[in-house]
Amino acid sequence: MMGKMIIGRFVPIDSLLHRLDPRSKLIIVFLFICIVFLANNAATYFILAVYVGLMIMLSKVPFRYIYLGLRPILWLILFTFCLHLFFTKDGNLLFEYGWIKIYEEGLRMGILISLRFFLLIIMTSLLTLTTTPIELTDALETLLAPLKKVRFPVHELALMMSISLRFIPTLMDETEKIMKAQMARGVEFSSGPIKNRIKAIVPLLIPLFVNAFKRAEELATAMEARGYQGGDGRTKYRQLIWKQMDSVMIILLVLVAGLLLVFKS
Amino acid sequence: MDISLQKVAYRYQENTPFETLAIKDVDINITSGSYTAIIGHTGSGKSTVLQHLNALLTPTSGNVVIGDRLIESGRKNKNLAPIRQKVGIVFQFPESQLFEETVEKDICFGPMNFGVSEEEAKHRAKKALREVGLSEEYLTKSPFDLSGGQMRRVAIAGVLAMEPEVLVLDEPTAGLDPRGRKEIMDMFYRLHKERNLTTILVTHSMEDAAIYADKIVIMNKGNVYKEGEPEAIFSNSEDLIEIGLNVPDIVRFQQKLETLLGYKLDRVHLNMETFIMEVSDHLKKKEDNQ
Repeated sequence: MMGKMIIGRFVPIDSLLHRLDPRSKLIIVFLFICIVFLANNAATYFILAVYVGLMIMLSKVPFRYIYLGLRPILWLILFTFCLHLFFTKDGNLLFEYGWIKIYEEGLRMGILISLRFFLLIIMTSLLTLTTTPIELTDALETLLAPLKKVRFPVHELALMMSISLRFIPTLMDETEKIMKAQMARGVEFSSGPIKNRIKAIVPLLIPLFVNAFKRAEELATAMEARGYQGGDGRTKYRQLIWKQMDSVMIILLVLVAGLLLVFKS
Repeated sequence: MDISLQKVAYRYQENTPFETLAIKDVDINITSGSYTAIIGHTGSGKSTVLQHLNALLTPTSGNVVIGDRLIESGRKNKNLAPIRQKVGIVFQFPESQLFEETVEKDICFGPMNFGVSEEEAKHRAKKALREVGLSEEYLTKSPFDLSGGQMRRVAIAGVLAMEPEVLVLDEPTAGLDPRGRKEIMDMFYRLHKERNLTTILVTHSMEDAAIYADKIVIMNKGNVYKEGEPEAIFSNSEDLIEIGLNVPDIVRFQQKLETLLGYKLDRVHLNMETFIMEVSDHLKKKEDNQ
């Protein structure tokens, strides 16, 4: 079951996107999130879709794998689609059956909004699929560095982020381990009446929390024992290097943004 | 209850870039009332084999026969509760599965999931707690107030209270002190003898395997490397050393003694008494000859 979750998971292959500086990837995804909202007609969405398709190709991540990652959120997208479909009352009436009335504008909005969702999720999952969590937090820390001037705890924030990212797989493993141990004691997690399944969460969550707290304490002790004292004066083993390709990729996205401005209605 | 694995293979995370083949072509037969030890390095597939024994995993290919139930690959197997009740598993570090407010409730959790009445479950809890060497006063304590070793015992009691016919143990004594280790291993052996409880022990310890098991299965790289009776397995140390394992201390001692005496003993000895007897017999004979 856990094997199918790919959000926040890194695929260890070599590709152009994998080699990019994590800072540029972060900037690209951020910019992309902004310019997605420029698109409002078929032409502009087509441009965005082509761009996202190009990114998927450059990442060399198997398409099937991206689909697996999208599957858990398909329901959410479907839900938004239906909301727009049934509750927008603009344009020509396309279809009527009892109290269900579908309007042209509703259909259009439904498609465009779900497409927007789709593209956003693909881009953000591409970021985590091609960037290790460590690189991501490094990039975030350097990009946020100016905020240190206003006494914002950038290093601590980055540390918190890397620790929580680091422990996602550990907690997943542990969840699976405890699930199996409780299944061996007769708990049914995936069959039986809903009431029992909800009850089955208790013997899973309590040990998980207890262990997480224990682990946090051990980690804190281990860090202190090795003389950890925060960000000041701390040098880095991994240096981030901005290459030509990084600039090229950002310029490409700016061009896409320009095209969107031209073609949007 | 017999359990047999027939040509079992298992892949983790099938159809993703993380796909790994954990075991392949594994044939293991466990007969009712036997004590089998499964030995191997980390990553040799021991834990994967173990999870097939009560259908926590369904094989990617091959069959598992548990009692009169057949678990086939590629099929959704329903109604596994009877299997889970009959095959109890004590996982590694089982104390991490404790969750109830009191020790008694936690031990009753398993049996009550399998439809045992509360009264009967409480009766079993008392019995199981005694078996693992804790007194009744622990029943009302919170499992989280106990020491690590006591938590381990409570978790084991939770599995024993299910009254399984087959007991699967995954390194049940890892991280315990030597005395606790011996107490717990002796307890499992006693249960095995008294109730004719089929026992499967997954371990790193050659000593434990030599002392308790009547059959040993050695796993290497997802395959069964060797299997047989302890004497046969340990009489050939080269095979074990080749895959980075070793024979028990007592066998190594016997080998050293043999080179020193220039004399081969009749067989490999896995317990001190017979070993000493044969050596002293031999020395006596030598004396008489002179």
